[in-house]
Amino acid sequence: MEELMEILQDLHPDVDFETEEHLVDDKILDSFDIVSLIAEINENFDIAITARDILPENFNSAKALYALIQRLEEEG
Amino acid sequence: MLFTSYGFIGFLAVLFLLYYICPRKCQWALLLAFSYCFYFLAGAEYVVFLCVTTVTIWFAACRIEDSADRQAAYLKEHKAELSREEKKACKDRLKKVRLGWILAGILLNIGILAVLKYTNFAIANINGLLGAFGQTGRLSFLNLALPLGISFYTFQAVGYLIDVYRGTVRAQRNPFRFALFVSFFPQLVQGPISRFGDLSESLYAEHPFDARTVSFGLQRILWGYFKKMVIADRMLVGVNAIIHDADACQGAYVLVGMFFYACELYADFTGGIDITIGIAQTLGITLQENFERPFFSKSLKEYWRRWHISMGTWFRDYIFYPISVCRPMQKFNKFSRRRLGENLGKRLPVYLSSFVVWFATGIWHGASWNFIAWGLGNWAVLMVSETLEPLYDRFHQRFGAGGKAYRAFEIVRTFLLVSALRTFDCYRSVPVTFRMLGSLLTARNWNILWDGSLLGLGLSLLDYGILAAGVILLLTVSLAQRRGSVRERIAAKPYPVRFVLWYGLFLAVLLAGAYGIGYDASQFIYNQF
Repeated sequence: MEELMEILQDLHPDVDFETEEHLVDDKILDSFDIVSLIAEINENFDIAITARDILPENFNSAKALYALIQRLEEEG
Repeated sequence: MLFTSYGFIGFLAVLFLLYYICPRKCQWALLLAFSYCFYFLAGAEYVVFLCVTTVTIWFAACRIEDSADRQAAYLKEHKAELSREEKKACKDRLKKVRLGWILAGILLNIGILAVLKYTNFAIANINGLLGAFGQTGRLSFLNLALPLGISFYTFQAVGYLIDVYRGTVRAQRNPFRFALFVSFFPQLVQGPISRFGDLSESLYAEHPFDARTVSFGLQRILWGYFKKMVIADRMLVGVNAIIHDADACQGAYVLVGMFFYACELYADFTGGIDITIGIAQTLGITLQENFERPFFSKSLKEYWRRWHISMGTWFRDYIFYPISVCRPMQKFNKFSRRRLGENLGKRLPVYLSSFVVWFATGIWHGASWNFIAWGLGNWAVLMVSETLEPLYDRFHQRFGAGGKAYRAFEIVRTFLLVSALRTFDCYRSVPVTFRMLGSLLTARNWNILWDGSLLGLGLSLLDYGILAAGVILLLTVSLAQRRGSVRERIAAKPYPVRFVLWYGLFLAVLLAGAYGIGYDASQFIYNQF
């Protein structure tokens, strides 16, 4: 989770990712942010987030995003 | 059958009566029959294309879901006995089957759209190249009819197929119900491009007559007709006068044309969508909103989040994301970051994906270079803004820019930028557009704004009065919408106030709309896509 928080803070230092739960719904993350984020996450966690995973519920909070990473890691 | 024709009003009236008289479980079937009737009246030969798209996408989606279900059932049944590798092999094998179906569905349907819409454009370019290399031979143009709304229904159907492939919606097993999703007549001609997950529940549900919903729907239709017939069709006269005589209407006229076209397009397209959503609402069906007061945007990026939302999100979800996160692009991302450094290296793949999206957006709007130039013009401005964003942020912090005056400046700047880019769409020629924008920079004829020359554009003083009143009303309603539904607030007013407002609007459409002397109700601009 720490590694993910670092990536998120690098992207938007002004956002409190610990508490924010509507990153996509409130348009804090736009499409450019999301693809930049995916590139970072794929490289750092050695997973492959695909277009089918890009759903608001997976990107609305750091917690949801971490759950997605864990799921993809388990699926291998 | 135009939305603005008497025939269409009659068509709606008959549908409306039957819809609330027939057994509720038959409502969706009645809508299907009327949708096909509407499409048949637009051109009997077009129905074949609509049927081909419907049947092929429906069939492919069912096969994809069958494959996914078979995989899930097999893995569940043999969970204990299969090794990790065997499970992966099963998944890979069935994934290939699904991939085959989705590619077949997309290639066939986008192929039909491409052949019908872009063959003559390709021929024109080939002929241009032949001429440039001194060849005398020329390819003949083909006589291809473009079915009404083909870009909209193809995109809607393909979006559904991708959603089924991704597993975000279940396939609709009843082909007739699916046919209604593709052909639902109010949205067939100019969108919004609905998602199956958003529309299906409301589309197939039984709808009892609800006076409040119906009256809200009728009010929205009336508002749409006001925008279309009182503002857009009147603005069109001025726009045509300026663009058809471009050489005589240079300099300050270009600025007037930009403003007229921006207002015309807004009133035309949002008016058409108001009519579409209003019709659906009278039938108890909820369609997604396609606009969110776009001309109050403070940047081009924000404008594209608020204008033609269903198209923007379609391109984002089905083109931008898949290209941006596909394996080759991820590899390119790593490569470019290594070679060009973190900052530029991670931006470059995003710029490349955006380029594809904006090229596609441009050519989707029309098979000609001016639309491609318009799309790429938007892309260039967006990418420059994105690159310079840290600089803007520093500027805003340094000078404390963020007050009301600065926000107003940003809104005006975005409006001018959007309008300037729209001139590619307006003049329908890249060289003419550049020439006209150039003439604006060297204009010396600003006196035309007050010396009465604008009365020579086919619009009388009364027309300008009506347009000014109409635009002020649009602006007022848009501002009021920031505090929620305007119709809800009007509904809470006493009866005499409501009567004056709605009857006044009705009279305005009747007296100042396309029925006035010298006008004909024209086709909606987005119908041609």
